[in-house]
Amino acid sequence: MRVEADYGLCQGHGVCESECPEVFRVSKESNQVEILDANPSEALRSQVEAAVKYCPTLALKLLEED
Amino acid sequence: MRTTTGLREPPKVSGGDAPDGHLEELRHDPIGLMWRVRNECGPAGEFRLGHKEVVLLSGAEANEAFFRAPEEQLDQAEAYPFMKPIFGPGVVFDAPPEQRRQALHNQALHDKFMRGHAATIADEVERMVEAAGTGGELDLLDWFAELTIYTSSACLIGKKFRTELDWRFAELYHDLERGTDAIAYVDAYAPIESFRRRDAARSALVELVEAIIAKREAAGPPSDEDRDLLDVLISLRKPDGALRYNADTITGMFISMMFAGHHTTSGTAAWTLIELLRHPEHLSAVRAELDGLFADGGEVSYQALREMPKLQAAIKEALRLHPPLILLLRVAKEEFVVGDVRVSPGKLVAASPAISNRLAESFPDPDSFVPDRYLDPRQEDIDHRWNWIPFGAGKHRCIGAAFAMMQLKAIFSVLLRTWDLELAQPSDTYRNDHSKMVVQLQQPCLARFERSS
Repeated sequence: MRVEADYGLCQGHGVCESECPEVFRVSKESNQVEILDANPSEALRSQVEAAVKYCPTLALKLLEED
Repeated sequence: MRTTTGLREPPKVSGGDAPDGHLEELRHDPIGLMWRVRNECGPAGEFRLGHKEVVLLSGAEANEAFFRAPEEQLDQAEAYPFMKPIFGPGVVFDAPPEQRRQALHNQALHDKFMRGHAATIADEVERMVEAAGTGGELDLLDWFAELTIYTSSACLIGKKFRTELDWRFAELYHDLERGTDAIAYVDAYAPIESFRRRDAARSALVELVEAIIAKREAAGPPSDEDRDLLDVLISLRKPDGALRYNADTITGMFISMMFAGHHTTSGTAAWTLIELLRHPEHLSAVRAELDGLFADGGEVSYQALREMPKLQAAIKEALRLHPPLILLLRVAKEEFVVGDVRVSPGKLVAASPAISNRLAESFPDPDSFVPDRYLDPRQEDIDHRWNWIPFGAGKHRCIGAAFAMMQLKAIFSVLLRTWDLELAQPSDTYRNDHSKMVVQLQQPCLARFERSS
């Protein structure tokens, strides 16, 4: 799976970081999300899905790749 | 009128022959005026407030251009002249997006504080419910306005500050909100009653905060865990040793921190309740959802609040039908083109949640309360994100939206499990008062409550 962020929408609320700090961090400089691992391992799927689902600005997207 | 580039000036809506243009109509029937703009002019049409031309946009395409425009092109700071006398000198109403993102980092809206806020809000609701007794009548505007003064002060400023407030603060705050007459577009200090009360209320709020500061100074420095934002602000000093902020500025900062989330959340709580009481089948569904979630007697937790699709859908639908802000404004700093319409610099540009939220092209049966439009697989708020705009959209979207949603769910999680409620007036007598820029429920707006058995 692959995660993408829409920087026209992200406001840096930090929900994704609470859900899955392995993949997301809100940068102190830009105050927007920084994707630490754009291709996270399957083991993190439920946390990544929660981050995408609960993002208050719907700025995250999860793409399936085969 | 076509120019060589194929662009035209915005078409003008009918009426507005008085010297102040459409000002009187905006003060009495803003929604009627805005629908006429839409119906006569299409997605971009112009009305006039004094010497200010306002180009009102509606529909997905025009709204998208509005919400995507950079701050250098469409500026918010000068668009709300009625807010300056409320916040006072030196307190910025609308910071640019970068600064607002910074605010998230520094302040209480960040996700890591939400868990604590959920419990704080539930405590405040329980306190008000306790004080109301076992049954009776309450005024929805007064009751929710007082509650949201307590919740927003406790979450955004500090629990200690909250305990230093009472109903007087809520009442004065209400006078500030009533002091938002659109006459401010011509003269923000016009000699009218609502502006006089506004200025008196602000002075009285400064006095209340002065008294709180004096009490704290007499009590000596607080312990670390007791320290709240007010303690921090009164401890800051300039290089020369003088106090950094006086009571007037601190009051202005608190007023501005609480403003965006106060009348909006309070009004939405009232309208969600009114619509649920008007539609008993939806009220039953929401109560069943809450009973299921709290069956084990669990507390109102952050995670519990996330999983309430029925209640969330009811709140979203109340927001769509009764958006607390009906007119979002910017000033065109540069030429702004939308479709084939050219807006010249200096004009105001507006989007209207009251109009776009009810466009039939995006929301079938637009005037009916249909929470199902947000229940899986339907998601009309997301599918029509440029027309579903109670919180605005894009990078300017309300930064407190997640906090507001959580707060509203926490309020109803307590209220609907503690009280049986019913409307105390004919259903069609509940309506908004649009005579001020801050929309509020028209009084009387009574409901009856009784402690559930």
